[in-house]
Amino acid sequence: MPNNANELTELGIAAIREGVAKGEFTATEVAAAFNAAVAAAQPALNAFIVTTPEKALDAAAKVDADRAAGKALGKMAGVPIGMKDLFATKGVQTTAASRILEGFTPEYESTVSSKLWDAGAGMLGKLNLDQFAMGSSNETSAFGNVISPWRRPGDTAPLAPGGSSGGSSAAVAARLAPAATGTDTGGSIRQPAAFTGISGIKPTYGRCSRWGIVAFASSLDQAGPMARDVRDCAIMLEAMAGFDPKDATSLDLPVPAWEAGLSGDLRGKKVGIPREYRMDGMDPDVAKSWDDGIAWLKDAGAEIVDISLPHTKYALPTYYIIAPAEASSNLARYDGVRYGLRELPDGANLQDMYAATRAAGFGAEVKRRILIGTYVLSAGFYDAYYTQAQKVRTLISHDFKNAFTEVDVILAPTAPTAAFALGEKSDDPLAMYLNDVFSVPASLAGLPAMSVPAGVDRNGLPLGLQVIGKAFDEQGVLNAGLAIEQRAGFSAKPAKWW
Amino acid sequence: MSVDTATVAKIASLARLKVTEPELEAMVPELNGILAWVEQLGEVDVAGIEPMTAVIPNTLRLRDDVVNADPLTGGGIRDAVLANAPAAEHGFFGVPKVIE
Repeated sequence: MPNNANELTELGIAAIREGVAKGEFTATEVAAAFNAAVAAAQPALNAFIVTTPEKALDAAAKVDADRAAGKALGKMAGVPIGMKDLFATKGVQTTAASRILEGFTPEYESTVSSKLWDAGAGMLGKLNLDQFAMGSSNETSAFGNVISPWRRPGDTAPLAPGGSSGGSSAAVAARLAPAATGTDTGGSIRQPAAFTGISGIKPTYGRCSRWGIVAFASSLDQAGPMARDVRDCAIMLEAMAGFDPKDATSLDLPVPAWEAGLSGDLRGKKVGIPREYRMDGMDPDVAKSWDDGIAWLKDAGAEIVDISLPHTKYALPTYYIIAPAEASSNLARYDGVRYGLRELPDGANLQDMYAATRAAGFGAEVKRRILIGTYVLSAGFYDAYYTQAQKVRTLISHDFKNAFTEVDVILAPTAPTAAFALGEKSDDPLAMYLNDVFSVPASLAGLPAMSVPAGVDRNGLPLGLQVIGKAFDEQGVLNAGLAIEQRAGFSAKPAKWW
Repeated sequence: MSVDTATVAKIASLARLKVTEPELEAMVPELNGILAWVEQLGEVDVAGIEPMTAVIPNTLRLRDDVVNADPLTGGGIRDAVLANAPAAEHGFFGVPKVIE
């Protein structure tokens, strides 16, 4: 039974919930232990933009009081979590890691965060991210880079925690939080999970309400959990998901009992291996971990089937038209009038104020995507770029539909390499975009997909495997993820240097 | 298709982004690199293919015709709406003078 703070911070969601329910320790002790870990790591890792230790303690005190009073406890009772700073939190600054929203203090709570608090979770703080979730390394935040807790052996060079949910991945990997929320537009849950040796699932588009999440690309954005293992992801996803009339794209479906349905027995299941994902020049360690995954799923009873997703190579360019197009529309709201930053040069008129505010408030990557998006939507180019991309998106979705007539889930790597060093790709937008090559196709098709740790590369850095499922079949994804987890025996964790 | 400085300046103006001359010069090759790369989509045969409009089939709903059915999206919260405005005046959003 854990009895000191270091042991408590080693626990995940299920273990904390169980320990609190049984009275082995109190929710307040857990919150205090994680608050201390957050405070100690913040100068080195910069995983949080704002910390809210009092919120974590208040939620814990309520859980402890409810338990003492014999009341029923929620799915996440006593579990303190990190909240990606893309979710509106009432009374707590919400920035999307951009100067344009610095100081913005929502008057309302996002649906997803609200559900988590109702389930008994508490908030440790707001997690750093790539600005407006645009990035794959957490280097576009206006509040500084997040530093991965992982390092190459004998090297202190700071590594990327992945992005855009880089604060979330770093916090969970460094044991600053047992779990965190993420959002995934083209891989922003899965790639950082893979880079840091944790698990994360993006559910089917529409499972989690987007209400109160700062919008990036509305047809792609989905929230999901990032946690230590598959069971914890199932528990937290149950708490986050559910129909919300305030989001027009919310799925009006009951939330399945994913945790209760977990099973690593894949007998009778077929796993597709997409041949187009085995690219020339593939990192040998990534290729090996993929082969390991195939062997593990076979061992779990699944039949392995070679499949084709012929439009795979077009997924990234499709994404880099559609996502910027939607972003350029969504980000039109930041005008210096209703919230956030206002830049009003002397003698400026309204138009000057808009342009000055947006120039001062948005970072370079955000501006780049707004310009691309504006261009591909502009008169004369709309059909050539945007309509063409939406047609190719239909073909990519068809590829998956065809594959899923044959197989139950698809197995692929999550990212083309293990974590790279900060600064390694930040000067070349295209090199950075290519990091999403394996994660973007499932996003374009709205499918559930998760990353689970599979092993380490030659430098001892984590590698993730990705499971992609049919629409609405998060259970199939979680179960295949569990089968991998049970066989990978992944126990590596970053040596504490911070 | 590639863009030149004048085109990027025009796009920036449409996007209401003030850009300096050096920023503009730096953006031209970056945007051209990205545009050249996405142009490979032109080689895909899309004859008879509909552009995607909804990634997961869903139906549009009408809410009940009730005032403040959900207080989170209801009315009567002027002060909350204005709470984060950089310049709220007399119960309105304040902006620079727009009528001479």
